[in-house]
Amino acid sequence: MTPLLQVEGLSKHYGNFLGCGDVSFTLWPGEVMGIVGESGSGKSTLLNCLAGHLTPDAGRVLFDTREQGLRDTLAMAESERRWLARTDWAFVHQNPRDGLRMNVSAGGNVGERLMAVGARHYGNIRSQATDWLDRVEIDTGRIDDRPRAFSGGMQQRLQIARNLVTGPRLVFMDEPTGGLDVSVQARLLDLMRGLVRRLGLSAVIVTHDLAVVRLLADRLMVMKDGRVVEDGLTDQVLDDPQHAYTQLLVSSVLQV
Amino acid sequence: MSAYNFAYLDEATKRMLRRAILKAVAIPGYQVPFSSREMPMPYGWGTGGVQVTAACLVPEDTLKVIDQGADDTTNAVSIRKFFERVADVAVTGQTAEASIIQTRHRIPETPLTEGQILVFQVPIPEPLRFLEPRETETRVMHALEDYGLMQVRLYEDIARHGEIARAYAYPVRVEGRYIMDPSPIPKFDNPKLDNSHALQLFGAGREGRIYALPPYTRVESLDFEDYPFTATKAAGQACALCGSTSSYLDEVITDDAGGRMFVCSDTDYCASRVAAQSQEDAA
Amino acid sequence: MYVAVKGGERAIGNAHDWLAEARRGDPSVPDLALAQIREQLALAVDRVMAEGSLYDPDLAALALKQARGDTIEAVFLIRAFRTTLPRFGTSHPVDTGQMQIIRRISATYKDAPGGQILGPTFDYTHRLLDFGLADGDTVPQAPEAPASHSAVPHILSHLGAEGLMQPEHAPEACGADDVPDLTRTPLEFPAARPLRLQALTRGDEGFLLSLAYSTQRGYGRNHAFVGELRIGHVRVAAHLPELGFDVEFAEIQVTECESVNQFQGSKTQPAQFTRGYGLVFGQSERKAISMALVDRALRAQELGEDMSDAPAQDAEFVLSHCDNIQSSGFLEHIKLPHYVDFQAELELIRKLRREACAMQEAAE
Repeated sequence: MTPLLQVEGLSKHYGNFLGCGDVSFTLWPGEVMGIVGESGSGKSTLLNCLAGHLTPDAGRVLFDTREQGLRDTLAMAESERRWLARTDWAFVHQNPRDGLRMNVSAGGNVGERLMAVGARHYGNIRSQATDWLDRVEIDTGRIDDRPRAFSGGMQQRLQIARNLVTGPRLVFMDEPTGGLDVSVQARLLDLMRGLVRRLGLSAVIVTHDLAVVRLLADRLMVMKDGRVVEDGLTDQVLDDPQHAYTQLLVSSVLQV
Repeated sequence: MSAYNFAYLDEATKRMLRRAILKAVAIPGYQVPFSSREMPMPYGWGTGGVQVTAACLVPEDTLKVIDQGADDTTNAVSIRKFFERVADVAVTGQTAEASIIQTRHRIPETPLTEGQILVFQVPIPEPLRFLEPRETETRVMHALEDYGLMQVRLYEDIARHGEIARAYAYPVRVEGRYIMDPSPIPKFDNPKLDNSHALQLFGAGREGRIYALPPYTRVESLDFEDYPFTATKAAGQACALCGSTSSYLDEVITDDAGGRMFVCSDTDYCASRVAAQSQEDAA
Repeated sequence: MYVAVKGGERAIGNAHDWLAEARRGDPSVPDLALAQIREQLALAVDRVMAEGSLYDPDLAALALKQARGDTIEAVFLIRAFRTTLPRFGTSHPVDTGQMQIIRRISATYKDAPGGQILGPTFDYTHRLLDFGLADGDTVPQAPEAPASHSAVPHILSHLGAEGLMQPEHAPEACGADDVPDLTRTPLEFPAARPLRLQALTRGDEGFLLSLAYSTQRGYGRNHAFVGELRIGHVRVAAHLPELGFDVEFAEIQVTECESVNQFQGSKTQPAQFTRGYGLVFGQSERKAISMALVDRALRAQELGEDMSDAPAQDAEFVLSHCDNIQSSGFLEHIKLPHYVDFQAELELIRKLRREACAMQEAAE
């Protein structure tokens, strides 16, 4: 089987400061990889390098493209990378405002990716948008409302719908539950777990919240000071942490 | 005016403009940056069109200038007089007689023919401008054909108003590639852009952009399959002067009691119909 | 030859005749001579030259007269004249270190080689109307001292010698081809500093003043001091390849401001002072200081400073909006007829209202 994503020796510096150093891993289709660490550990830098938002100093990010198999996305033309970003990839931002168009209706937000890849039938776009609002548990009667009027949890669910509508093969998520109330987090996590299982999504999720990876991730990488200090199956890492830092991380939060 | 070159601009500037025009013709719908010059009329009053016209003019040309479809609106008069003064070319009000027509906001009703050049004055050349204010970003969007956002805007119109609520400067796609702003012509005129026999040039002076539609270029107005583009105008009205029901009409308020009438915006078209009718009546 | 003569043409002709009469005003009041404008409204003349980017006091005076004292209109006349002039070549950079100084101050040093020279300044005057001027015709005399002909080094060069001032890197060669010309090539972004400075020096004084002020009030704050402000005459020379030697062809008055700005250093660079630069035709220190502050603000990105979305740090925003000929032209074009667009809007609004009312009625 071909891996979906193969990362080799990825490094990114900011001046003399190490963002992330020499990160390598493989993501298989249908797998969810969690990346945990406290803020400043380099996990967001890593995610942004993977998704093409930042240019790393060294390394390769190979993605299993539909036409040509594994290709280094860093060596792609900008146009190819943008095409990937709006078709096979999706990116869920921590702050829904970064991932939504706040002055465009919920339906328009969900429909944008469809239109970007050529959908030109208003009725079809609208029915797909309706279907997706329903799937993320947003009242379909609010399809013409702007996300400004939505609660934080609804905005985040809308962002997820907007990302998943084109059936992406790889989803990047940056602290998807950050900034939400605990009860809202639980509902969102539940919804995400359902989507991940039902759609067989492949995803890379960055979070500082071990509850998120416990529920969603098959495998786990622990980062500290820009480096991966431990990785393995989620349950294994969380139940039997080897690295001192991971032990500290696990012991410092309530067990789920 | 002997202190000035033929058609005001010096030859080096005209050469620069012609290069930009040629590039624009070679890449239909693509906005070519050019070094816009100060002209003796203000930016926003047709300097782009005037520069393009100046670069195209030769002494044998016959020039027509219209604004809002009419030859006698003040700004059209001013630009026409400018070229009479600095280029001493023949001028005309008749569409069929003109070799170059500079226009603001309209395309003449009389179909254009091969060999004619229609020069549009353009205020904001960037069709994506009001979706994305940054030039650096819109140029990338054009380069990568990243046009989803444009379609989203049309989607929003339908969701809110039940139709695409754009009456003028209605965006078009050129030869299936670049999205282009046709300048603020009413969307009634959009079909005339498509497959035109004439060369259509667009000049934006303040923004320093020239773009073009070579003759016989495919120009489609953006729409949805189930909400197709329609070229609309005042419904069910006829011109009070010539009786035309197929031309674009201006509304004229005739009294303060709500009285009004509709007349052709294209004064040449209207006058020639009136003349033909009075000939028929005489005969 | 058929000429479309209708109402519009006559109206324009009449309006322009009226304008000419209004410009002259009461004919019993003597006509203004250009020399009077040039000599007695010198700062207005300077501003027209600076924003018109053409150094010619007599033409600027003519433009002011023709424009009835409207500065932007006068700038416009100069620009429209300038654009028809051929470009012969590029002069050598003017050496402001060799300036014949009439005014030179520093806010950062109490004294420095060359001294502080207040010169003809409004500073420290009491802004009381001088009713004596209304009667006119006095010829005031100021005390004189012998002119110094020695070069006056820039104050910031003393900081530079200590390594405290970030050095400026002059272009390797200064041939005609190496100097970007805003008036000959389209402005594209990102715009390098030479192009930015060109745009600023001809930009609208009021706009730059407000932007500079906004940086002082915290929108892109960069802690500026006036390191040095100097006004005086400099010589302009160019190399003429046909002759094989340099020829001095002009002496022009300019105002130069170098601001000293704190720079806290970044991950790659130690702390240092940096410079904002302003150079303007004529005597216009408000503009020169504003220009220096905005120039410095626009360097935020290259210096790796925190960008705070301040307008003054946004090159695309500043350069796209600083030209008053562009902005006033576009602003005023909305006076032009928009019958056709408005008609289209009118039809659309009517249609939308019809449909909405019909739906409302159906609902009721």
